[in-house]
Amino acid sequence: MDSQTPKANGTVRRHRLSTRLWHWLNAALLYVLFTSGLGIFNAHPRLYWGQYGANLDAAWLELDRFPGWLTLPALYSLAMSRHWHLAAAPIFAFALLFYMLWSLANRHIVRDLAFRRDDLAPRHIWQDIKDHARLRFPTGDAALRYNVLQKASYIGVIFILLPLIIMTGLTMAPGMNAAWPWLVDLFGGRQSARSLHFIAAFALVAFFLIHILMVLLAGPVNEVRSMITGRYRVPEERP
Amino acid sequence: MILTRRTLLLGVTATLAGCDRLGRHESVREALFSAENFHRWAQRSLMARDALAQEFRPDQISPIFRANGTANPNTPAYKALWRGGFADWRLPVTGLVTRPLSLSLAQLQAMHHRTQITRHDCVEGWSAIGKWRGVPLKPILEAAGLRDSARYLVFRCADDMGGGRPYYESIDLFDAFHPQTILAYALNDRPLTVANGAPLRLRVERQLGYKQAKYLMGIEAVATFDGIGKGKGGFWEDHAGYDWYAGI
Repeated sequence: MDSQTPKANGTVRRHRLSTRLWHWLNAALLYVLFTSGLGIFNAHPRLYWGQYGANLDAAWLELDRFPGWLTLPALYSLAMSRHWHLAAAPIFAFALLFYMLWSLANRHIVRDLAFRRDDLAPRHIWQDIKDHARLRFPTGDAALRYNVLQKASYIGVIFILLPLIIMTGLTMAPGMNAAWPWLVDLFGGRQSARSLHFIAAFALVAFFLIHILMVLLAGPVNEVRSMITGRYRVPEERP
Repeated sequence: MILTRRTLLLGVTATLAGCDRLGRHESVREALFSAENFHRWAQRSLMARDALAQEFRPDQISPIFRANGTANPNTPAYKALWRGGFADWRLPVTGLVTRPLSLSLAQLQAMHHRTQITRHDCVEGWSAIGKWRGVPLKPILEAAGLRDSARYLVFRCADDMGGGRPYYESIDLFDAFHPQTILAYALNDRPLTVANGAPLRLRVERQLGYKQAKYLMGIEAVATFDGIGKGKGGFWEDHAGYDWYAGI
């Protein structure tokens, strides 16, 4: 967002309604999708590359079942895990689609997420990496703009990781494979798509952990409030 | 704010327990189960009625086609049929038809057949590619003459899943008349083995593995599932809560 004059209480409007709604909807849906997804994975905890893969074929990953405290439902039930997963997945997919369109319309993508020319200067990127490593968070007006690493991770999640996990998820459905055979071909076969779906899920978990860590370090009350009410207290400039 | 591993674990467990409890609520269960209708509607809106499941080249066939579910029905009646090379086996086509049929294996094998190399996707997540040969269901249904009231086809199987409950499955007419929906008697150029459903199994290629009923003993055209099993249209639908529409 562009620089604004803070209100009397020192806060500015930080996050749009679309971003806040989508954020919390995602928090709930991704939670359900991840835990029910682990429940589904437990039915066959092996991953393969290629078109086919079953117990007598070579797996690139073979795990024990994920424990009950991580799965939905806790007591193994492939049917219930699938019901949770398949109910949440379309909402999640259409929410992303609407968020993309909404963010295009309200210029959130162009103004806040797109890289600017100077963002990508190697010196600038290096500076940003050093700032992150020293946990030196931006202050003043700079705190109201996403820095280059933030932009890269949000762009990566919104435009690569989330579409990837939705599209690989669609290819798990034999009906979708008949409707859109090109999609499963794009990923090199159904078992490759299943592996990519699993990898993308854990990439999202990695994003989530770093995201939470950053929120905690940057001031959790201010950050969480800005995602609920939209109002954000601008950190004072360092002397 | 200090977030220890323990409180995090407790939080995760409590939230999941909350979802778990929600999932046992009748109205929540109904909402979750209704997603099936959305998926069926969406998929069938996106696909042509005769859109084919992918077919593969011979070099893409799985080295070993994993057999799943019942490995051998082992009932006295099935064993007697097996000992006789299934010469005494008959496939009745009954229910809401104008001309009930009773087909022998030799009769089926003499009919026009279709060969297809397709991927079998188990609900558990694994896939196996195999080459099936069998009789398309469509001409059989045309010979039997479906009545207008017929909406589903129920496939009765020889395997007892315990307590006198035989396996069964069902499909609707959308899939019944699909060119790849066949009654298969051969896998990978060999007669079906017992583990893979001898003498005959259903292939309905746009759906998951549990629809591919093995050990077929009869086909019945029906208007509803009332009075069949627990009325959900299939053994796993009745007893495990699987979706009836298995294209998801």
